[in-house]
Amino acid sequence: MGVLANFVVNVLPYITFIVFVVGVIYRIAVWWSRPSPIPIAVFPGQRSVGSAIVRVLSDVIFFRSLLQFKGNRILWLGAWIFHISFGLILLRHLRYFLGAEAVPGWVAAVQGIGIAAALVISIPLLYLLLRRIVHADIKWISTPADYFVLLLILSVVFSGLYAKYFAHPFVIDVKYVMRSLMALKPVDLNTVTLNTAFLVHFFLVQVLAMYIPFSKVMHLGGIFFSPTRTHHFGGEAHTKQLEEA
Amino acid sequence: MGEQLEKIFDVELKPGAGENYVCNLTKPEFAEKMANKMPTEPLPDDQMVEVALKRLDQLRKERKSLQLYLDICVRCGACVKQCHYFLGTGDPKNTPVGRAELLRKVYRAHFTISGKLFGSLVGAQKLTPEILKNEWYKFFYQCSECRRCSVFCPYGIDQAEITMAGREVLNSVGLATKYITQVISQVYKHGNNLGIPEAAFKYNCQFLEEEIKESTGVDVKIPVDKEKAEILYLPPSADLFTNTDTMIGVAKVFHAVGADWTMSTYASEAANFGLFFSYDDIKTINLRVVEVAKKIGAKLVIFGECGHAWRAARQYMEAMNGPLPFKFMNILEYTAELIRKGKLKLDKSRNDDVIVTMHDPCNMARAGDLVEEGRFIIKSVCNNFVDMDRSVIKEKTFCCGGGGGLLTEEIMELRMKGGLPRATAVKEVVESHNVNYLAAPCAIDKAQLPLVMEHYEIPVQVGGIHDLVGKALILEGQEEFEAKKKAEEEAAKAAAAAVPSVCGLCDAEFATMDECCEHAEKEHKISKDQCDLACEPKEGAASAEAAPSVCGLCDAEFATMDECCEHAEKEHKISKDQCDLACEPKK
Repeated sequence: MGVLANFVVNVLPYITFIVFVVGVIYRIAVWWSRPSPIPIAVFPGQRSVGSAIVRVLSDVIFFRSLLQFKGNRILWLGAWIFHISFGLILLRHLRYFLGAEAVPGWVAAVQGIGIAAALVISIPLLYLLLRRIVHADIKWISTPADYFVLLLILSVVFSGLYAKYFAHPFVIDVKYVMRSLMALKPVDLNTVTLNTAFLVHFFLVQVLAMYIPFSKVMHLGGIFFSPTRTHHFGGEAHTKQLEEA
Repeated sequence: MGEQLEKIFDVELKPGAGENYVCNLTKPEFAEKMANKMPTEPLPDDQMVEVALKRLDQLRKERKSLQLYLDICVRCGACVKQCHYFLGTGDPKNTPVGRAELLRKVYRAHFTISGKLFGSLVGAQKLTPEILKNEWYKFFYQCSECRRCSVFCPYGIDQAEITMAGREVLNSVGLATKYITQVISQVYKHGNNLGIPEAAFKYNCQFLEEEIKESTGVDVKIPVDKEKAEILYLPPSADLFTNTDTMIGVAKVFHAVGADWTMSTYASEAANFGLFFSYDDIKTINLRVVEVAKKIGAKLVIFGECGHAWRAARQYMEAMNGPLPFKFMNILEYTAELIRKGKLKLDKSRNDDVIVTMHDPCNMARAGDLVEEGRFIIKSVCNNFVDMDRSVIKEKTFCCGGGGGLLTEEIMELRMKGGLPRATAVKEVVESHNVNYLAAPCAIDKAQLPLVMEHYEIPVQVGGIHDLVGKALILEGQEEFEAKKKAEEEAAKAAAAAVPSVCGLCDAEFATMDECCEHAEKEHKISKDQCDLACEPKEGAASAEAAPSVCGLCDAEFATMDECCEHAEKEHKISKDQCDLACEPKK
């Protein structure tokens, strides 16, 4: 336990950080560098840079393509609640990283909703998992990786909930560990009270973070590069041209 | 959405159902003519994989869209029920995601770390010649590049980009379809998809000029190969043969505003099958247009009623062949603008015989930003217009089932299955609003949709938008001509009515046709409109149908018009409705 715990707390986080940051930057750099000379926007057309930005953001924030008429509104509900909850949970966890003494006010303010999100998130996750099993067509297109990432996130959620509500690690110490890691200072495990539930949760989170650059989870970054959304028709120029003609 | 349309989305999963639809392989004489250099025959198995992977690697580095769409799919399945070929066949490999995965699994196995490390656990599979021949070649030719999936994908993933790349990889190992390569080689040889030689092209234009003159009395020119012209017009070449009413409508519009326009036999085709084949061929086909436009000093290039022509122009021409020394637009934009400015004299009532709905060609709508113009024109020239359910029009339009280079005989069954969603939507408005005219401004639609409508037994005529414009448009001098013609006809009718007649039902004889008709109505309960069922002129002059006829295309002679029409249908692919294009009474 001692060696393993030491690895998870004092060694792995740095590996995780490097893999995550380098991996994500590499993936985005690849997309960034690929040429895209043909404007392949899909109508309803973005006629200007501005409307293209609106289009991308509405897809990022509201999942507009799923939400639209005859999109997939059940999937939208599941996916949107999941992503929003995930975001809120991440925000809530900033309390372990920010502020030397007290956390910033806004981080304190999102604690309640962040905890609510943590309680809720397993519902959309289970829905996303179930639909891959229940619907024959979705089952057919699913790969083991699709189940893996859902199960991984579920296990992160459950280990977190277990730690918070049953194992009760000493949160001051958790914050101390995180701040030490940020300051690149090794933590003497004998001076802090951490328990297995926390270590498991922390480990799973790191697995998830390291998995992201190699997986479909990168869709978060990719959507900003999608040519059918980011390109615009130059419709204004075309219309002007028509008037001249 | 009506029940019938709702029902098509309840599709049963049938793995393997798409396996039987295979396009015929190309032949060396076509393959060698492609701008996208390819082996003229499929490579031997031991070379295939290496060549294909090299090409795939090249393509993903050249195209952001491809790289990204290989990477970011989460297999959420939002696209699954948006694909007409899946709705028609039920084969999961015909879902956009299922089809894309055929390429993605190979990409992962050869070009990603996770794929190399974890293989099938992350959905990776190494490329084999069988994957190329049995999966890619089959299923990348069961995609019409209609891009409907990308409207519904949360990340805008466009299956057309995957399909286009997949086909280019297939080209590199010598796997291409006969239909597409044949069409493209005809463009390189004759300037158009149908392979119409220069002389025939010009002859047909003259023929159409005569036809317009006959019906309107106006000398409308259909100029070809003028040395200088302001406007270069590119029709889909089928408009010169089978969809002639569209061409006539367009010519009338140009005439009405006194446009200085021409077509060109060097680039006598708007369509660009390069879209279904390779970037190199898109560029080469577009180049013909650019060259001609430059040569004749055209300030404006107008593309006819053709969906993917418009995509090749709107999205590819400037980027591939630019900068362009001319402006370009679609004929729908041109005519709509003229109508808006009040430049066309239109009589809507001339289209009162039709109740119209409109099929948005995929590439006009999703790739060409043209959905309102067509509707605006139709509403300006017709009194009766009904849209189909809003889930299947405009950017959500369903493919006719024959796009993407799939308009070929050997996969007719697939084409009919792919046409199911569109057919169902049309059926709903036919039943609810008595729609009898399906306007489809695209040559592929005009070839495919009549077959689909027949297959699903939907009584609707398929035609272009400019067919309707042509009917409603009143040219200068046309009304005088029509009045004169009507007077003549009435005089002739009066003369005919005065002819001694005989009732075919009871052999009674009458001094005039009118008297006979009255008799028929009284005695045989035949209304006057249908009087010809009973009465005929006494002499019994041979009717036109029974007269000896001659085929204008090959000079063959026949005892009756009917026989000639049958011959024209068989030999010249001219449908019986249009038999008069070929057959005429013998002089």
